[in-house]
Amino acid sequence: MPKFKKKKGTQAQKINTASLPDIVFMLLFFFMVATTMRETEVQVRVTVPQATEVKKLEKKSLVSYIYIGRPVAQVARMYGTEPLVQLNDKLVSEEGIPYESIQDFVLFEREKLPESDKNRMTMSLRVDQDIPMGKVDDVKQALRRAKALIINYSARKEYRNQGRRR
Amino acid sequence: MARETPEVNGGSLADIAFLLLIFFLVTTTMDIDSGITRLLPPEPEPGQETDIQVNKRNVLVVLINRSDRLMVGGEEMDRLDLKDKVIEFFTNPTDDPDLPVMEETEIQFPPGSSPLLPPDGLWKGKVSKGVISLQNDRSTTYGRYLQVQNELVAAVNELRNEFSNLYFDKDFDELNTANPIEEQIEEGIRDIYKMNISESEPKNYGGSN
Repeated sequence: MPKFKKKKGTQAQKINTASLPDIVFMLLFFFMVATTMRETEVQVRVTVPQATEVKKLEKKSLVSYIYIGRPVAQVARMYGTEPLVQLNDKLVSEEGIPYESIQDFVLFEREKLPESDKNRMTMSLRVDQDIPMGKVDDVKQALRRAKALIINYSARKEYRNQGRRR
Repeated sequence: MARETPEVNGGSLADIAFLLLIFFLVTTTMDIDSGITRLLPPEPEPGQETDIQVNKRNVLVVLINRSDRLMVGGEEMDRLDLKDKVIEFFTNPTDDPDLPVMEETEIQFPPGSSPLLPPDGLWKGKVSKGVISLQNDRSTTYGRYLQVQNELVAAVNELRNEFSNLYFDKDFDELNTANPIEEQIEEGIRDIYKMNISESEPKNYGGSN
């Protein structure tokens, strides 16, 4: 008879999983709070340019988006391949400088803001880097007429090695 | 005998929570929009003169043509040289009569905020009257336009940063505007190095496109 008994079938220690739902719920709540549903479907192709001096936009509720780019494939069948302007989720079909569409858009967006923030409304221009400036100038003119003067040229952060001057 | 309420099996709770969790994980977009914020000039009143006469030496014309080439103050230039050119334009270090007038100005900073300032915090120095006029063609690509815009903003930011570091030992970006003292400092520096970038009314240079 052996002196030492072999342990009968080493069973793996069971981890108590009772707190798992709590952990998962905590994560769940975090993501629920942090989630912003993408409410706009972008119908134009936009690759924003890179820049070194970009700053983050602080208050998201003040920002409305204007996309300018060439339409994606499905939309191109209807509208052709010329650059198009999209205001939040609506494509602009107006010919020439879109004064009216932008005027309506600005009024509508401004209406949604509380009184104290009305003059801080920011228009973020998400423009494809290969679009000719003509279209952008048109939109800027229309924004000026609609008195939406704070604009943001959307760009990705570019990191560049900068030797200091002097 | 009181009947016992049947207990609900909580074993699947974790599964349900996981399912929800995965749903939110997938739909979450945490992108915060970033970019260069600029102010558009208000639309001119009807009949208002848009061509204001400015002393020629106070203006630096930056022109981007239809093939994305850059012309600064009458000569062609590489984009990466633009920043230094603009810094020279705004500081006029050699009192060059062709560069902008530097105007003697007094700007109030919070008293005692910097050892380099007098105790009452009044800064006396020269502030440039220079204006940069940025002009582009309708066929200029947006990417190019933004690169140039970026260089102009970078130049002013560097000047502000330099001043802020010299006097207040802090980056200009790190000044906290929620704090009234630092807010006054920030506004003061903004007044010394103004973001004087004017965009002309759009014109069509070089024929149709």
